[in-house]
Amino acid sequence: MGNQNHNHNFTEQFAFTGKPKTWSLIAIVIGILAILFGFFTDHAERTFANLLLMAYYFTSVCAAGAFFLALQFVAQAGWSAGLLRIPQAFARVLPIAAITLIIVCTAGLLTHNLYHHWTEEGLTDPNSQNYDALIAGKSGYLNIPFFLTRLVIFLASYSIFALMLTRYSENEDMEGGLTSYNKSIKWSVIFLIVFGFTTPIWSFDVIMSLEAHWFSTMFGWYNFAAMWVSGLCAITLTVILLKKSGNLSWINENHLHDLGKFIFAFSIFWTYVWFAQFILIWYANIPEETVYFYKRFEPEYLPWFWVNIAINFVAPILILMTRDSKRQMNTLMFVCIMLLVGHWLDYYMMIMPGTVAENRGFGLIEIGITIGFVGVFTFVMLNSLSKRSLVPVHHPFLDESLHHQI
Amino acid sequence: MSDIKYILGHFADPDDLMHGIDKLQEGNVSIYDVFTPMPIHGIEDKLGIKRSRLPIVAFCFGALGTVLAFSMMYYMLVQDWPMNIGGKPAFAFPDFIPVMFEVTVLLCAFGMVGTYFFVNHLFPGRAPRVMDLRATNDRFVVAIDAEANPYPDKIDNILKEAGAIEIKHNERKFLSYE
Repeated sequence: MGNQNHNHNFTEQFAFTGKPKTWSLIAIVIGILAILFGFFTDHAERTFANLLLMAYYFTSVCAAGAFFLALQFVAQAGWSAGLLRIPQAFARVLPIAAITLIIVCTAGLLTHNLYHHWTEEGLTDPNSQNYDALIAGKSGYLNIPFFLTRLVIFLASYSIFALMLTRYSENEDMEGGLTSYNKSIKWSVIFLIVFGFTTPIWSFDVIMSLEAHWFSTMFGWYNFAAMWVSGLCAITLTVILLKKSGNLSWINENHLHDLGKFIFAFSIFWTYVWFAQFILIWYANIPEETVYFYKRFEPEYLPWFWVNIAINFVAPILILMTRDSKRQMNTLMFVCIMLLVGHWLDYYMMIMPGTVAENRGFGLIEIGITIGFVGVFTFVMLNSLSKRSLVPVHHPFLDESLHHQI
Repeated sequence: MSDIKYILGHFADPDDLMHGIDKLQEGNVSIYDVFTPMPIHGIEDKLGIKRSRLPIVAFCFGALGTVLAFSMMYYMLVQDWPMNIGGKPAFAFPDFIPVMFEVTVLLCAFGMVGTYFFVNHLFPGRAPRVMDLRATNDRFVVAIDAEANPYPDKIDNILKEAGAIEIKHNERKFLSYE
């Protein structure tokens, strides 16, 4: 049992210095260079599609951190108390991620053709050459002011909830008692309701409207599943890397096992939703719906379409099925990195066919921008993690977490 | 004395039980089994019980379900009686997937329940194998094989010292509701 659990240094703080700091700053510089390279070599559209991909990915991972936090409070979960500071660090970064996404979307809307499917001149004007009855019918919803208002309201409310939950945990550290915990539960419930109803709309707006003719009601949950799996992978990877660097001595293979089960289960959930969307469109075979998959079955994208399934479903289900692999740090770390790459590909498959289509590429711009955003995320997340102790010392279920055993 | 088959030590709560197991193991007494009304964390490691092989059974039954569902549908819809449904090819694999998934889950669940019943000798109409009835209610029971461990007095003493509230010497292994 937990005999080894009694000599932890709970005041320990993560020191954000040395290699992680240097490398994340280098990554940020690489990202900036890649963006400049993209704009100055006449690849502005491709650069913007990549910026949108990574800004959305970045925001999703941080929002998943806030969602993880809220979920643990609502479920009154005990096992996770010892690692809550990591999703809290994610949640505290959410405002920065949200601002990045809003800037990318606004800039893409106003200065480039990111959402040209529904923002081009004359789409809603019956006398224009460009008139598009479908888009005109949707223009009550899909217009620039309303789009930006929704985006700002959604992301601002997620950020406020995320900051509230971390603030309560901070108060708990200082004052102890159950007041903060009870408030956290109450606001978590409200956050989950708001989040559950608005994330599908958020993904409809930011990603689905890239191909504004096409629609799918499954798309919101498909994006939610991708968000949640990649968020869990990022949390697990952070936990593992922190453990490898000698922190988080109270996290053992039992906690990793639970995180691994989450990743395993929600990889299957992702596939379930992905397939539910696919089979309905395939079966009904209506041109206005099949257009989405038609584009992705072009030789340009088809291999990646299958790689997407292999990497996000077949690989995790086979690797993570046994108990041992979920409890082995290195196996789990491999799966986390693989799934993070896999969901990058997933977003790539959602965004690229609708924006740059056959002009897509995979080169310096893609890799550089990805590295840049990873650098930004690592830098701000570790920076916020280093501000406080690595464990919420007065969390009511901390003891349960220390003795977690499965 | 030689009539005693099993010695049962009753404990009132899990901590006493764990303490009792420690004491018995210190005294080199091999423990046949432990019965508790609820799961106790860490007891498997302490008793050196091997991990359950139920997950392997679950995987095999699940794989059987997948294969069964696929071959059934393939035989029906492709081999025996191909039909034109919505202009789709007879071998429309995406259609097969939901059924394959469901049959996998079904056979996996049934297979696990069946295996559990089989391994634990639980069949309808059969008297269950129970060594002590109160282990299903409020007592934490350690069972010691008296034939493998001579000197029952020594065992009794260890149990008493460790805080056992009742010690039974049973002459038959299982009680049953006859």
